[in-house]
Amino acid sequence: MKFSAIVTALLVIGCISAQAQDVQVAVAANFSAPMQKIAAAFEKETGHKVALSFGATGKFYAQIHNGAPFAVLLAADQETPARLVREGLGVAGTQFTYATGQLVLWSAQSGVVDSQGAVLANLASGQRNAKLAVADARLAPYGAAAQQVLAQRGLSESLKPFLVTGENIGQAHQFVKTGNALMGFVALSQVMVDGRIDSGSAWLVPASLHAPIRQDGVLLKNAENQPAAKALMQYLRSDTARAVIRAHGYLL
Amino acid sequence: MSDALFTADFAATAWPAIALTLRLAAVTTVLLLLVGTPLAWWLARTPSRWREGAGALVTLPLVLPPSVLGFYMLVLMGPHGPLGQLTQALGWGPLSFTFTGLVMGSIVYSLPFAVQPLRAAFTEMGPRPIEVALTLGASPLNAFVTVALPQARHALLSAAVLSFAHTLGEFGMVLMIGGNIPGQTRVLSTLIYGHVEAMEYAQAHVLAAGMAVFAFVALLALAWLQGRQNSSRS
Repeated sequence: MKFSAIVTALLVIGCISAQAQDVQVAVAANFSAPMQKIAAAFEKETGHKVALSFGATGKFYAQIHNGAPFAVLLAADQETPARLVREGLGVAGTQFTYATGQLVLWSAQSGVVDSQGAVLANLASGQRNAKLAVADARLAPYGAAAQQVLAQRGLSESLKPFLVTGENIGQAHQFVKTGNALMGFVALSQVMVDGRIDSGSAWLVPASLHAPIRQDGVLLKNAENQPAAKALMQYLRSDTARAVIRAHGYLL
Repeated sequence: MSDALFTADFAATAWPAIALTLRLAAVTTVLLLLVGTPLAWWLARTPSRWREGAGALVTLPLVLPPSVLGFYMLVLMGPHGPLGQLTQALGWGPLSFTFTGLVMGSIVYSLPFAVQPLRAAFTEMGPRPIEVALTLGASPLNAFVTVALPQARHALLSAAVLSFAHTLGEFGMVLMIGGNIPGQTRVLSTLIYGHVEAMEYAQAHVLAAGMAVFAFVALLALAWLQGRQNSSRS
């Protein structure tokens, strides 16, 4: 008797929460700050509810493959959404670039990173002994871009002993923020507050030094007929959303 | 994304990670027994009013998520943290992203697994055997080494196996303070995680299955050894 009462209660709670979360969105960790603002504005405007999960794109891929109930994936790359479409888990024709990331070499200390990134060569020539944090190039597009920059400057080999690798760009930022690494390649969106870099020193890496970090979103198969999910995809292209995305250090 | 298994590349990353993981677990286990045994003895014996507090502190890593431990370690070991300032003042440099740092983290992380079985054994033993030895003229250290330790050999074995196995399985903290440097801080668990994230499931499977089997065999061996000792004692 008691047991069935508990089960009933849990079922009721489950139904309520399922109804309250109209759109479940898997969001690349680097896009969490702008997406929270966009989701709040979207909820206010449309009355739909949005539930956001933040994490690594590769993990979301595995979860979606194993039946995770996401309606939309906002990935950190283009490859994962494309792959999901190929495998029939993403809806064909819905993939689009919602933001292009900008890479920045950043130190939590002021006066460490110069505006041309010459500090990298100093590090490589042994004038400084410090750690340089990057995201894993295999896992994170920002990590791959950082490696391209090092290769462009001919520093890939000489800087190897100084590299520490975070599994994602969030961890690379954490290494630098806590001072464990003197500097690191992070996403501009991570260090930008109100349209400017608010602490430490930084070199905004020219986009010509690496392949563009395009982040694509895709509607997922189990939300193919879900109006709220489609509305959110549309909303991400609205002027309101684009202004928020730009203010967080992304290009469009 | 290649699914080709046993490529030169796979072997080149897997073997150093396996060797490093075993080295980390071995060093941690030895140090834990050296630190954990006197600590467990003190916890079992002391009438101090700090005992319960110290006991709870030792048990804390058991219930805290590794992300909490890893985060605090990162902050403590960083250049602004007390530990980081100490090691820098001593001229060792910061501990984050080093093997030594991982060892320190692992000692904290596996401490309860070494201390709990030993503390239980020392408590169960009671003060009597030591008192007898002291009455017979043994020095306190001598009594501890020749009387208390042999009686606690089951617990020592448990502490060693559990510390070793638990350190092998360490993940969240290594991820946070390690920096994934090949040969220094890239252990098996973080390597497997990387394979999974990169969707290299075949490689992940081989290493993950290997670890699961190893852990199972270690625990089975422990149970078997303990069973044998128990039956030989009765």
